[in-house]
Amino acid sequence: MSASGQSSLYKLRHRPPSDKLVDNGFKNLVVLLALMVAIILIGIFIVVGSQAAEAIKAFGLNFVFSSKWDPVRDTYGAFTAIYGTLLTSLLALVLAVPLGVGTAIFLTEDFINGKVREVISNMVELLAAIPSVVLGLWAIFVLEPFVRPILMAIHNVLGWIPFFSTVPSGPGVMPAVFILTIMLLPIITAISRDSLNQVPQDLRQAAYGIGATRWTSILRVLVPAAISGIIGGIMLALGRAMGETMAVTMIIGNQTSFNISWFAPGNTIASLIANQFGEAGELQMSALMYAALVLMIITFLVNVLAQWIVRRLALKYE
Amino acid sequence: MTSSSFKAKGDLLFKPGLLRNQGNRLMTSIAAAFSVIAIIPLIAVILFVLIKGFAFLRPAMFFELPPVPGQEMGGGIGNAFLGTFIVTGLSCLFAIPVGVGGGIYLAEYGGENKFSEFIRFGTNVLAGVPSIIAGVFIYGLIVSSRILFGSTFSAVAGGLALSVLMLPTIIKTTDEGLKLVPQELRWGALGVGASKFVTTIKVVVPSAIAPIATGVVLGIARSAGETAPLIFTAFFSPYWPDGLLEPMATMSVMIFNYAIMPYEAQVQLAWAASFVLVIMILAMNLLARWISSFAQR
Repeated sequence: MSASGQSSLYKLRHRPPSDKLVDNGFKNLVVLLALMVAIILIGIFIVVGSQAAEAIKAFGLNFVFSSKWDPVRDTYGAFTAIYGTLLTSLLALVLAVPLGVGTAIFLTEDFINGKVREVISNMVELLAAIPSVVLGLWAIFVLEPFVRPILMAIHNVLGWIPFFSTVPSGPGVMPAVFILTIMLLPIITAISRDSLNQVPQDLRQAAYGIGATRWTSILRVLVPAAISGIIGGIMLALGRAMGETMAVTMIIGNQTSFNISWFAPGNTIASLIANQFGEAGELQMSALMYAALVLMIITFLVNVLAQWIVRRLALKYE
Repeated sequence: MTSSSFKAKGDLLFKPGLLRNQGNRLMTSIAAAFSVIAIIPLIAVILFVLIKGFAFLRPAMFFELPPVPGQEMGGGIGNAFLGTFIVTGLSCLFAIPVGVGGGIYLAEYGGENKFSEFIRFGTNVLAGVPSIIAGVFIYGLIVSSRILFGSTFSAVAGGLALSVLMLPTIIKTTDEGLKLVPQELRWGALGVGASKFVTTIKVVVPSAIAPIATGVVLGIARSAGETAPLIFTAFFSPYWPDGLLEPMATMSVMIFNYAIMPYEAQVQLAWAASFVLVIMILAMNLLARWISSFAQR
């Protein structure tokens, strides 16, 4: 090798300016694309808020506490819908949490053969993908006729309790709760299962080692260790339940007047919007946007709370 | 102290009659019962949709328009089948570039800085936004303002509403997929003189293509079944698709509209459309699993 050849090898070459241009351009592009998330999020609040402005001016906070939804007199209050949203999602959670977490425990501990476990957990995951409109169709034609005699029996025995005071006849709050439960089960099961699986094997072995029974170690060691994930999953499910539209709209009956009974037709914010958007007048449209804003704020709070809980309760391993 | 002395006392034998062992069995049976109760409705949904939907399905349905309300029988889901592909395709046009680009920023440029933490938080919040709100948002932004060449309900508006829902899934999976790429690959590429752009596009993204594709397919599967964002953006039409700025039928909205109709012909179409939709979505989920199995090597 001659000396001249070496010097050309080490000769410093600068990047062509076009390279730098492309580099910077690409960086700015992806920054802009990432910014789209923030733009959309803020845009949702601005668009929904500005369309709701008229109703906010007309009804103020009364909107939330009044149950008069009267398109003829053009006065609107969303209490029925807000109550319905909270009621259906909380009742659905009460049913879905024990079932979902129980199933998750059953799927992570070695109660059953690994192959069967695999099949069941894959199925649960695929079921989370079923569109809600299909579940709504199923609820109308299969679930509601099936549960009606059961609800009827409850009404006959416990009809003196206001919650069960009406005769169940077709669409109503309770069938909506059942279909919501079915929608939440895969979410809660999948997330609880994942967080139980992530608990270090050492904890389990230590619990067994000091003589804990299987269920003592599950209830006192494993579940507490996985609680951040489980609660996060429950909160996510709550957010989903409150925003769920199609299945609920198809089975809840869409009654705008208030009724304390769970067997009577009811309403949720999402189903109110889905139902009345098509033929709404000007102020009614604004009132629907106001309702959408309320829903947006409730789900926003639930989701932020969920993220906070997950971070707060997360036990640090490793 | 021999082992036989333990055996003689029976101290170390399992005693099924102990309270704690009985409690154990009780809890196990409760958990088993819960699992069964949880799984039965899930299986019932799948079985009913597959059996009932398949019973009403005819191959000709894919080429026919839905019947006029009250018409005896017949008719098909052709326009809605086509419409689902068009509207979902439009949503991909917007959501994939934005989602993958945003994910690239988060993983490759932003790292852990304040702005990208904010975007990650925003992505999580956006993932929790109810689907109907996405519809209301696009309605207010595009449909009622007639901003798109004076059109009101349109396939484009529907696609945009769906893309709002797809976006968080794609960003998250891209971000997480890129983070799994070994740092040595980036150093290697930069070390031989590649620019950051070339490193990202030619080295990092291709090696994370499996998780990214998984996220995209899952996002498409989710948006193809969505109804709430479409009922007041893409709306519905009983005719064949007639341009992207016109209302367009989709299978999900068709199921919603026809499920509550008092006519048997429409209800049968709703079941048939459910069958097609569920098969499509399950197939996409299986595809996503298949793709992600490549990522785990």
